[in-house]
Amino acid sequence: MCPCESLVKEIDPRPDATQSEPVQLGQIDASLRGPVALFFWKALGWLFLGTILALVSAVKLVNPEFLGGHEFFTYGRFFAAAMDALIYGWGCQAVFAVALWLMARLCRTQVKHLGVLYVAWAFWNLAVLWGIACIFIDGPTGMPGLDMPPQVAPLMGFSYVMIAMWGVLCFHFRAPGPVYVSQWFLLAALLLFPWMAFTAEMAIFYAPSRGVVQSVVNAWYVSNLLWLWFAPVALAVVYYLLPKILGRPIFGYYLSLIVFWSLLFLGGWAGAHYLVYSPVPVWLQTVGIVGNVVLIVPVLVASLNLLVTAAQEPRGVLNSAVLRFAVFGAAAMAVAGFVGAWASVRSVSITVNLTQFTLGHTLNLFYAFFSMVMFAAMYYILPRVLNREWPSAILVKAHFWASALGITALVLAMYVFGLHQGAQMNNPEIDFMEIVKGSGFLNEVQLAAVALIAAGQLVFMANFGWMAAGAAWECGVNFLKQLGLYPVGWRLP
Amino acid sequence: MKNLSILYCGILFVLVAPWCGLILASNAQYGNLQPGAADEGDPVYPKPTGGLAEQGHQVYIEMGCVYCHTQQPRPESAEILLDQTVKAKDGTSKVEPVFISPDIARGWTKRGAVARDYIYESRPLLGFLRVGPDLGDVGARAIADADSDWLLAHLYDPQVKRPGSVMPPFRFLFTIQKIGDQPSPLALKLPDSEPIRPPAGYEVVPTDRALALVAYLRGLNIDYDLPEVKLGK
Repeated sequence: MCPCESLVKEIDPRPDATQSEPVQLGQIDASLRGPVALFFWKALGWLFLGTILALVSAVKLVNPEFLGGHEFFTYGRFFAAAMDALIYGWGCQAVFAVALWLMARLCRTQVKHLGVLYVAWAFWNLAVLWGIACIFIDGPTGMPGLDMPPQVAPLMGFSYVMIAMWGVLCFHFRAPGPVYVSQWFLLAALLLFPWMAFTAEMAIFYAPSRGVVQSVVNAWYVSNLLWLWFAPVALAVVYYLLPKILGRPIFGYYLSLIVFWSLLFLGGWAGAHYLVYSPVPVWLQTVGIVGNVVLIVPVLVASLNLLVTAAQEPRGVLNSAVLRFAVFGAAAMAVAGFVGAWASVRSVSITVNLTQFTLGHTLNLFYAFFSMVMFAAMYYILPRVLNREWPSAILVKAHFWASALGITALVLAMYVFGLHQGAQMNNPEIDFMEIVKGSGFLNEVQLAAVALIAAGQLVFMANFGWMAAGAAWECGVNFLKQLGLYPVGWRLP
Repeated sequence: MKNLSILYCGILFVLVAPWCGLILASNAQYGNLQPGAADEGDPVYPKPTGGLAEQGHQVYIEMGCVYCHTQQPRPESAEILLDQTVKAKDGTSKVEPVFISPDIARGWTKRGAVARDYIYESRPLLGFLRVGPDLGDVGARAIADADSDWLLAHLYDPQVKRPGSVMPPFRFLFTIQKIGDQPSPLALKLPDSEPIRPPAGYEVVPTDRALALVAYLRGLNIDYDLPEVKLGK
């Protein structure tokens, strides 16, 4: 056998075809148990850390003297570290776990050679840790969303290839039959992310473009992260979970093709709306505005697909903890789509751009949509992977309400105050210091909302930890039993 | 989807199209901008930044200033409608609606920034959020200010010059040293109301990084004409 052939045979992820389907599905879940649990666990850790860092920066806006004595702890570094912990620690790792599991499930394939995944997992986390440490010690790079020093990028890129290739391989070796819309979204996201990250790193750090072209690349990258990396994966999850749990097909499924292509096509053009009225070409700003306005099409059609499907079975949604998170996320996406289109128009943008409104819109997409959907995925996937039920339903409810109320309050406050602040800033008769002092209330609301969100995450981590500890205990007992070391008749206290 | 090559090609296309349309095109337009003179015979602007200011640029980046301060004074086209009191020739004043860019009306700048202003910035720091004021033309404001230590004192303790500010203090960019035979010429003149004063016999002296940062900030000055934008229009 030639080496290529044996390599293909080695990584061929198709399951044992002689087994029955439920056994095959069980094998698929079992094949990803370790990596999915580890990615989710570290993702949650980074999410909590990022939220705490955001909390500290919110405290610093209320009391600037808080931790003000050392340059490691200055506001800008906390803010940058929080942002990157959330993007690369939480967001990307949640995507990895979800994409691998969902892809394997939908393609009926199992991932082999988990050792590669464990190594990639370790190095990805090491890279994020290194990057965040560099932000605190040496300072951020000054490019929001790419705040980690460029030398971290190769390590992350290498780990990324080691992780994402399994998703693409699973798709390549998928079971025959039609391809579901979730698979398209996952495949597109897995293929798009390395290209946009590579392009942005190159054009900003390794072969810097001149002047404001770097800012254009930065805006393009941040918008791509939201619309071409996080949003497709979140949509893949909701498109999968709704019919699976409700037991009915997606309403107007044929429309999902429009969602897929229009989202992907427009997402890349939308970035320049961050730069309206800034010193970049005017045509570029117009393209960004048009891109954002037309993004209503995929958002509208997707929310029609998803929310109408959910509305057909409201009891099913209310009774399922997973769907409560998923439908909240889908609704938040619809809100973000409309608000984003409205706010990018020049006459509105002159008021809301460069205020908390823009940041609120990013949080609307990143937390209220993407993160909530990722929670839904975790509530659905983890019991299947670990073969255990969630230990406490009350903790699940507490997590939902803390997250939903916290993020709603946060985003609403940022929208309302952003509008208010923007109007004040456009009135030169109001002294700037008056505006700063007037934002005191917003800062306090932000502080309370972020604290509530962090409390919700703590509850979730407790529930997950409880479940994982149970699974680990069972694993250990089975191991001892295999060795014949487990005393007969012993029971868990 | 039956034909998967369409899927792969489509995914490639959705990435390459905006990349060409946005990044390559803006690079083609602005990637080779050179300094220019407003009229023939005028001096060319912008001037390259000096070594100290370039170090200050690095300090600005490291301190994460960009998360609260933009450097993009909005252009004249960013107009809002204002009621402004206009004095007529006969001495009477009346309120008239005028269109004006809010950044100019606020006195943050005399003109909007254009791409050519940034060609010597190794990393343009346009920013995305105005927690604090825009700094794109802060050098012109600092030079116009009679108090030459304003920026240094503001960095040492923002509450001195702007009570109620949410800016973090950058006291770690200063050292407290014993006053020698003569007070250092660089020592900060802090008002008596300042709560964080050094003990008697000591003085607050900016470090090299603070001086570099201030040199950079004072260099953020777009008080000149360019071919595409003229002051006093």
